[in-house]
Amino acid sequence: MVKKPAPDQVRTGLGQIVRVPGVGITLRVAPRVLVVVGILLVLTVAVFVLAVGTGTYKMSPGEVVSALFGGGDDAQRFIIETIRLPRAITAILVGAALGAAGAVFQSVTRNPLGSPDIIGFTSGASAGAVLQIVVFDGGSGAVAVGALLGGLGTAAVIWLLAYRGGEGIQGYRLILVGVGVSFVMIAVIDYLQTRAKLEEAAQANVWITGTLNGRGWEQVVPVGIALAVVLPIFFLMARELRMLEMGDDAAVALGVRVGWARNVLLLLAVVLTAVATSATGPVLFVALSAPQIARRLTAATGPGVGAAAMTGALLLLVSDFAAQRLFPDQQLAVGVVTGVLGGAYLIWLLANEWRGGRA
Amino acid sequence: MSASVTTSAPTVQPAAPAGTRRRGSLLTLGLLGCVALLLVMVAVSISVGARSLPLDRVWSLVFSPDGSYDAIIVQDQRIPRTLLALLVGGALGAAGALMQALTRNPLADPGILGVNAGAATAVVVAVAIFGYVEPAVQVWFAFLGAGLATVIVYGVASRGRSGATPVRLALAGIALTFALYAVVQGITTLKPQVFNQYRYWQVGALSGHDASLVRQITPFIVVGLVMTLALARPLNTLALGDEMSRALGANVARTRALGAVAITLLCGAATAAVGPITFIGLTIPHVARAIAGPDQRWVLPYSVVLAPILLLVADVIGRIVTRPGELQVAIVTAVIGAPVFIAIVRRRRIAQL
Repeated sequence: MVKKPAPDQVRTGLGQIVRVPGVGITLRVAPRVLVVVGILLVLTVAVFVLAVGTGTYKMSPGEVVSALFGGGDDAQRFIIETIRLPRAITAILVGAALGAAGAVFQSVTRNPLGSPDIIGFTSGASAGAVLQIVVFDGGSGAVAVGALLGGLGTAAVIWLLAYRGGEGIQGYRLILVGVGVSFVMIAVIDYLQTRAKLEEAAQANVWITGTLNGRGWEQVVPVGIALAVVLPIFFLMARELRMLEMGDDAAVALGVRVGWARNVLLLLAVVLTAVATSATGPVLFVALSAPQIARRLTAATGPGVGAAAMTGALLLLVSDFAAQRLFPDQQLAVGVVTGVLGGAYLIWLLANEWRGGRA
Repeated sequence: MSASVTTSAPTVQPAAPAGTRRRGSLLTLGLLGCVALLLVMVAVSISVGARSLPLDRVWSLVFSPDGSYDAIIVQDQRIPRTLLALLVGGALGAAGALMQALTRNPLADPGILGVNAGAATAVVVAVAIFGYVEPAVQVWFAFLGAGLATVIVYGVASRGRSGATPVRLALAGIALTFALYAVVQGITTLKPQVFNQYRYWQVGALSGHDASLVRQITPFIVVGLVMTLALARPLNTLALGDEMSRALGANVARTRALGAVAITLLCGAATAAVGPITFIGLTIPHVARAIAGPDQRWVLPYSVVLAPILLLVADVIGRIVTRPGELQVAIVTAVIGAPVFIAIVRRRRIAQL
């Protein structure tokens, strides 16, 4: 971006520009972002070890680490490998996916409320999943497919309804159309729940809140693949994302193909969210709050997809740790914890942002 | 300026007394026509159902119940249900028009601004934690929840230099709605027996209530409606903008406070009685303004009359499409209301939202 001659490292107000000679790759790295992401990483690992070690069968952090690397006795390895490890990894991956997708959504719509929770296609995913649970008695695989199709289909409908010739897609219209569509989807969900047997309706109710109960390797694989594919593309398109945040006119003037970039980014974010949602249900508020928390922690000006992903991973891991232990005899759905935390935080965020005169 | 899109700002009509009078009498006629339509819908609502009754038979049963099976259906089911639709519809229509006028926001609606969510959460808490299942007690919780939600949304949204602008109110309302939703989900996922009641309540059913519920919510809704209609003139002044109406000697803060009380009474009672019904409050004022123009003295009465018509139509449709079963009224209103909402969003220029 900032073309400056000579040295390999140039200090700017936004961090350091690192050039890799010969390959022609230029990166901008802000030290504070690196520090924050590093701290988040350390915290995530710590909570991860703690989460894997606690439960009815307790293990010390040392035992956990040694069991993870092939040590420990058979019982320990069995518990960790089949139950606790996949659950914790699912939490990290889904949290990272929702955080990254949320960051992209919020940058593209230029609105902190532009998250998939509010744009409404998670309610489409929920409708698809509830349909599978209640009408077709689908197993967990069928439910995931239903959620995937519901989410992608609803996203397509919202995109088409928000599209206007000449203007393309605009942030607020996308959000408000999404709100309208989500009301219909919620009506569908409510209707299905009244028609279902209580156990199925209760199962659907837990699903639409978002839960990690009973999640295993079969959830880890698809979310991991989606993250591995989409996240690098997000990083490669960081420049476009940053330009889009500055407004369409500025982005066009700076040489970004706005319509193309926006559609590609939205599509990838939708796919990432849909895969993550199909694994655990729409965990409330992670996609909305993680990018906002990350932005304040790093004090960065840009979208910060990486930091948002790390924040989402940590948020979901911590929330799941709490959700498993808040009520001794019952498993709370993790979406309740993330929803209450994220909701309270969001209201605080709105109040404080607007007091400062920003909107 | 973005604010006054629909309540159309300074409606300084060149005062032509004769023309105004003619317009006034036309609007009066129109309102009477709507009342007539409402009465027709009341008659339809009483006669249509799983067991259809001819109108003349209904007519005789309403005034002289003969103890037959048909008479019991009419007296115990259809009449309370229709009265409830009248009350709740009128309350939601008035609350929506009031909300849009107070916030000068064409997208305001008690459902979108978190008021219904506040009432719903309070009712769930009342059932789950305190074990109150009587509607008479739930009404008070619903008021409390609706009032708190109003205060929070207004408080959060008005913390900017430019005050509670339409977009800020909408976003704050959505934020609160989602946060409260998480609380409701927490309670319902942990307590299956509460969820079993809640899943039927949340779809906004008009059926299955008896006449005592109608008696309980009537006073609140009547008081709310009277307050709403009395606010018509101050609201017209408020449409000029805060500064202008202050300059004209209006008490903006008092109008807002009274409006908030009226909205709380209306939404609290309506939501406590039949569950959260979205979109009535959003769509009806737009129809009312399309007919009556920007003058709140006409918009408010039209909203009060038109809303129960929509609710009764939705209710009757819900009874017909899956006969002998029923589609709950909130589901039908959402399905009818969402396209209208999206059409509004698509039509307006983004800057005006």
